[in-house]
Amino acid sequence: MVRFLGALVGLFFAGMLLLSFLWGAVAYVSAPPAETVEHAFHEHPKKVAWSFNGPLGHYDRAQLQRGFQVYTEVCSACHSLHQVAFRSLGDLGYSEAEVKAIAKARQVPDVDPKTGEAATRPGIPADKFPLVYPNDVAARAANNNAIPPDLSLMAKARHDGANYIYSLLTGYQSQPAELLKKFPDAKTGEGLHYNPYFANLNLAMAPPLSAEGQVTYGEGQPKPTVDQMAQDVSAFLMWTAEPKMEARKSTGVAVIVFLLIATVLAYMSYQNIWANKEH
Amino acid sequence: MSFPWAEHYTPKHPLMKWMDEKLPLPRFVYNAVGGGYEVPRNLNYFWNFGVLAGLALTVQLVTGIILAMHYAANGAVAFDSVEHIMRDVNSGWLLRYAHANGASFFFIVVYIHIFRGLFFGSYKAPREMVWLLGIVIFLLMMATAFMGYVLPWGQMSFWGAQVITGLFAAIPVVGEPIQTWLLGGFAPGNAALNRFFSLHYLLPFVIAGVIILHIWALHIPGSSNPTGVEVKGPQDTVPFHPYYTAKDGFGVGVFFLIFALAVFFAPNAMGHPDNYIPANPMSTPAHIVPEWYFWPFYAILRAFTMDLTIPFTGIVLVPAKLLGVLAMFASILLLFFLPWIDTSPVRSGTYRPLFKKFFILLIVDVLILGYCGGAPAEEPWVMISQLAAAYYFAHFLIILPIIASFERPDPLPGSITEAVLAKSKHKTGETVAIAAE
Amino acid sequence: MATEVQGTEAVAHEDEGVRRRDFINIAAVSFAGVGGLAVLYPLITQMNPSADVLAQATTEVDLSAITEGQSIKAVFRSQPLFVRHLTAKEIAEADAVDPATLRDPQTLEQRVVDGKKQWLITMGVCTHLGCVPLGAGEGENKGEFGGYFCPCHGSHYDTAARIRKGPAPKNLVVPEYTFTSDTAILVG
Repeated sequence: MVRFLGALVGLFFAGMLLLSFLWGAVAYVSAPPAETVEHAFHEHPKKVAWSFNGPLGHYDRAQLQRGFQVYTEVCSACHSLHQVAFRSLGDLGYSEAEVKAIAKARQVPDVDPKTGEAATRPGIPADKFPLVYPNDVAARAANNNAIPPDLSLMAKARHDGANYIYSLLTGYQSQPAELLKKFPDAKTGEGLHYNPYFANLNLAMAPPLSAEGQVTYGEGQPKPTVDQMAQDVSAFLMWTAEPKMEARKSTGVAVIVFLLIATVLAYMSYQNIWANKEH
Repeated sequence: MSFPWAEHYTPKHPLMKWMDEKLPLPRFVYNAVGGGYEVPRNLNYFWNFGVLAGLALTVQLVTGIILAMHYAANGAVAFDSVEHIMRDVNSGWLLRYAHANGASFFFIVVYIHIFRGLFFGSYKAPREMVWLLGIVIFLLMMATAFMGYVLPWGQMSFWGAQVITGLFAAIPVVGEPIQTWLLGGFAPGNAALNRFFSLHYLLPFVIAGVIILHIWALHIPGSSNPTGVEVKGPQDTVPFHPYYTAKDGFGVGVFFLIFALAVFFAPNAMGHPDNYIPANPMSTPAHIVPEWYFWPFYAILRAFTMDLTIPFTGIVLVPAKLLGVLAMFASILLLFFLPWIDTSPVRSGTYRPLFKKFFILLIVDVLILGYCGGAPAEEPWVMISQLAAAYYFAHFLIILPIIASFERPDPLPGSITEAVLAKSKHKTGETVAIAAE
Repeated sequence: MATEVQGTEAVAHEDEGVRRRDFINIAAVSFAGVGGLAVLYPLITQMNPSADVLAQATTEVDLSAITEGQSIKAVFRSQPLFVRHLTAKEIAEADAVDPATLRDPQTLEQRVVDGKKQWLITMGVCTHLGCVPLGAGEGENKGEFGGYFCPCHGSHYDTAARIRKGPAPKNLVVPEYTFTSDTAILVG
């Protein structure tokens, strides 16, 4: 009885699926789905040889500091870094006094101790980076209806994060003629910018890094080309997303070495105990 | 219960004797996983995965209880509290990555455990109850994992909660009130987050309870083995300790090695980047998928694209959405009937030539379903998943009962020991042949 | 257990082999033990204060608005901090006590910064069982000795916040602090 009912249920589901398949296949053959412009022109991120790649990778402190400088002078006009506290900038190699100065240069929201009204005060290392816009409505209003996302986790919130950010920053270009020929309706709209690394190819953000020397790097640092600045700020955003990466990798190496030895010992012990037992 | 030749627990130290009279817990442990539990001597490495599943649950319980010390189940702060764990809590990143990857590893181990049972006929009499309790554990795991994934309150959390509770909305008439009841609102919000957290904390302990029943039920007939031939005498078995504790020790080492590689060097490889974006009820991610361990079932859900109608009338009997939901639940629930569907008297797939071929097909089929479930809902993935899902149902509900009655099994060994000795003779024979060359 | 004994008997002849085999088993179990202990470290250390809590471990207090005879409650490490501007009379009262007669012998000098004798900065946490004593707020009961009074179990502190009567074993704790200017202190 169980088998009979089961076979009926099986025939029903399998039959419905095969019917759906036939229906879909006929539709697929008679009217194949049109290729979308995203399918045709979206590009995967360019690969950069980051210092933090690989199981032993480390952040390049000088690069992170340059990236922080790019963030501060360029990105921070619109993008917040809300998960990051000033105190953690010590990890980039800044001294305590430098961290204090960085925090002090920014106004963080607080309550006026005398009137109890909302007010701002200079930041202290314990504060997090303040929001650029108090809320989404303000962010939309100031940015042509597009919300500049928080960048704290951007490098983990996109596939292949650091490469993606770098590719996006250096990927602005004019729309290929081929694209317009193939997809005449896909012309980049007013106030948008064509970028093949962006999921739907057109984004609201204007190219933020446009000219060499837009940021002035300190003595002994590489030339601030657009490519260099893009790499630096991408590395910095990888750090903001994964500040514990170095601890993670170095702990990991020790754990793996330990486990390898322990597993070999466990295997020998296992062989040992079974030595006189055929199995 | 155990075989009559099993060692008996005999406390030597006066304290242990005293303990044995008052609370015979050491005796219980000795008989369950010590020298008092006699196990077939021929178990292969696939038999390690029961212990590994228990270990994975332990990892989840320990890391989970600790994460709950730092997590805040409130829509306004849940996402930030997870980042607080990742950035500020001492070793917080390690504990969270271990918990997130631990869920994936729990499923990997349990899937291997289930397929072990499917191939070696572990679900057959007299072990039906072990199998049924195993399916209950699997269902509880799925519920727990789903609710756990909602807790970080990222985009995938939020939309996962929306979509999965939406499955219930497919039920006619009462569906939508049920979805509203499940969520405590019209969309996922604070109420949903809090109840999911509460249940996510509770269910693992229920799982632990059912695992105890699962092992209890196993110990009534004793463990199965790769030949599927029942134990005939003392020469067929070895005591669990030290033989299988040693083998499991090695298995645990390998498990932790692979687990550590994931946790320390690719902690986000099995997660989805969109869950690092805070939940936003106003915008759905372009391509939403559940965690990988739900992909085969998700593919079955999406494979139904056609309403069941009365031909030429246009009257819809069952809409496609409900069909998909029914099929997805059926794909798991049919496993409950497996002991009575597959009536072949031979347990182990090793001696079932036809079954073996279809079993390999099933594994490939489930992998294809998994791939389709993770792919976007576009052609050709939908069509492929329709074929694969059709095979899935056909395999369990049509093919298994048929081959059970038609198949001519290979000769079975007379006993476990006979199989073991034949194998080792074969091995030494080979060595001789190589030496002769 | 019994099986191990049997196993040992079976191979008793090959003494060398047994020792080597035992060594491997012991080594494997020891490694597992060490691994287990190492796992305990993150499980225990996670209960320590997190980085954001530690970062807020200092407090700045502006003294300029506190008039003589007034005291305020500030917050230091999530606990109340009493900042008191002592009057000349209160200082005299505190100095008049012979420290040898006290439960926790200390002079006022030992509890304030040199040259800033009028500023008494203490934790607002009773050393008995951790309640917040009264006396720092306007019109609160200052106890029999004009300092602080803990209503939970009746501990009386004097104008140097020294325990004088009641169950508390110690004087109110003076936290580490420095004057960053004449009218501001940094606690912690």
